[in-house]
Amino acid sequence: MLLDSHTARAWYRQMRLIRVFEERAAQEYAKGHIGGFCHLYIGQEAVAVGAFAALQPQDHIITHYREHGHAIARGMDINGVMAELFGKATGVTGGRGGSMHLVDKDLHFWGGHAIVGGHLPIATGIAFGLKQQGGDGVVLCIFGDGASNIGMFHESLNLAAVWKLPVIFLCENNRYGMGTAVARASAVTNIRDKAQAYNIPGTDVDGQDPEAVYETMQNAVSHARAGKGPVLVEAETYRFVGHSMGDPERYRTKEERKEWQDHGDPINRFRRSLEERAIVTAEEFAGMDAEVDQQVEAAARFAHESPFPAGETLHRHIYVESAGGQP
Amino acid sequence: MSVMTYREAVARGLREEMRRDKNVYILGEEVGVWGGAYAVTRGFLDEFGPERVRDTPIAEMAIAGCAIGSAMMGMKPVAELMTINFAILALDQIGNHAAKLHHMFNGQITCPIVVRTAAGWGQLAATHSQSLEVWFAHLPGLKVVMPGTPADACGLIKAAIRDPDPVVFIENSKLYNRKDEVPDAEYLLPIGKSDIKRRGRHITLVSWGRMIHETLDAAEQLKAEGVEAEVIDLRTLRPLDFEPVAASVRKTNRAVIVEEGWLSFGVGAELAARIQEECFDHLDAPVGRVAALEVPLPYSKPLEAMCIPGAPQIIAAAKKTLYRG
Repeated sequence: MLLDSHTARAWYRQMRLIRVFEERAAQEYAKGHIGGFCHLYIGQEAVAVGAFAALQPQDHIITHYREHGHAIARGMDINGVMAELFGKATGVTGGRGGSMHLVDKDLHFWGGHAIVGGHLPIATGIAFGLKQQGGDGVVLCIFGDGASNIGMFHESLNLAAVWKLPVIFLCENNRYGMGTAVARASAVTNIRDKAQAYNIPGTDVDGQDPEAVYETMQNAVSHARAGKGPVLVEAETYRFVGHSMGDPERYRTKEERKEWQDHGDPINRFRRSLEERAIVTAEEFAGMDAEVDQQVEAAARFAHESPFPAGETLHRHIYVESAGGQP
Repeated sequence: MSVMTYREAVARGLREEMRRDKNVYILGEEVGVWGGAYAVTRGFLDEFGPERVRDTPIAEMAIAGCAIGSAMMGMKPVAELMTINFAILALDQIGNHAAKLHHMFNGQITCPIVVRTAAGWGQLAATHSQSLEVWFAHLPGLKVVMPGTPADACGLIKAAIRDPDPVVFIENSKLYNRKDEVPDAEYLLPIGKSDIKRRGRHITLVSWGRMIHETLDAAEQLKAEGVEAEVIDLRTLRPLDFEPVAASVRKTNRAVIVEEGWLSFGVGAELAARIQEECFDHLDAPVGRVAALEVPLPYSKPLEAMCIPGAPQIIAAAKKTLYRG
């Protein structure tokens, strides 16, 4: 595709920002500043950046728990995201949701969700609401290969198809549902083929190439926006790190991972391609890398310096406060 | 006042709210063309059309999740999950999502769904004969309403639809044909308020849902023996309106809790604990509990009849608590 220099730089910068953010999160986790489950997006950056570039402000997103990259690609404030990982009051949910539950209603980013497949039915409802309200927005619902085996995946694709709802179901097939290879868990190993069961288009794309993801997503978004119903897109990708922190990775070989890192790193690949096509200069890359490093450093400082949430806020928002009532 | 069935009372409340607010819509299995498995939404498709009365696939997780997503977008879904036995298929959506979203997302997201479902039994065997209100009442973030009379059903379904939080509204298949008076003027009741259905001074009987009628029958029979029982209908299980129960027990010094579900870990267990915590010095006898036998309900009529308590068991429990032979 013909990529202009401005867009190319923006995409590179965003992918780089996700990578450096995640590397910093891993360091902070190792030091004990981040707790619980922390699922990093390293290796999959091109999927988020390509996919979100195909969306408009009126579109909506609901996603899974490996979603730091999605939040950043949608433009969520990284200070708030890092502070959330730290469990601080300045985090995007004030430290309530943590790594797996980033949210920003103003950006129509309806959450990371941590029950595998649990947000797919909710995606149908967001789409139904959009359709009833008469706008032309669409819903991007992102999930992993593992979620395509859960009942809610099938109920949701079926309902979305029967009701012709504007949802793009984007599967990030990173080859392992936690530690179980796709072929060990799914009778149909091409996730896109599951679309046939619901009479909707299913397509796959190289998830390590942001331009390919963007083009495929553009088609999917056009289809949904035109009122033709849902689409299933399978982005073939790979995570370069464990499922979450402290994963012994017994389910794959070091060689397999190294092969992907050497030949399938989406940032290196994109950078090389832009250099070869003379779209972005070496100075521009260096400038962006330095900016991103500073931005992540500032986010980490912000998170460190922010206060923890006050204990008296704990009981807020169990119910909508205007409604009263005790839990 | 007009006399109507419980079914008609729920339908009236739903219809009034759908006429009042265009954002209210109904979704569920057989709610449209069929008119509802228990005929509550009969005629709704004709009045409100297929955009607002939406037949769904048999897919409880999708029904509940679709309700949640559309509620996040500002709509007011009323999801019918045909029976409470099927509602537990949607427990992930209701328990892991609807109950959590507002708090976990720090107030950014609201989830004003109503889940209508029906408990009940009647030779339907184990999988279709459960009273599982406690499964939902356990979860902070949900509201759980269980009306026993037509008037309460009408007033509370309207309140549930207007409520900004997720409400699980539990009806009962054995109540749908039960008739009683409902006020003619628009009738709204607050969620989270119990109701003293009968005044008395010797013993407090606490119940909710269909069992309120068995309890009132028992109270009437106890009167013939000189016992004046006070009967409190909880109507809402969460948030629990406990203070009227405590006030009554401080007056009568005795309490029996009556439920249609199983004894262990039930609503009665919670109430008995709260009563001893807050009324210990006022109690003249241990708190009594009447509940279903702890077996999966069988199909065969005489066996089934052994499982669910009625007025005789309530009277026996009351007498035991009163130390009367």
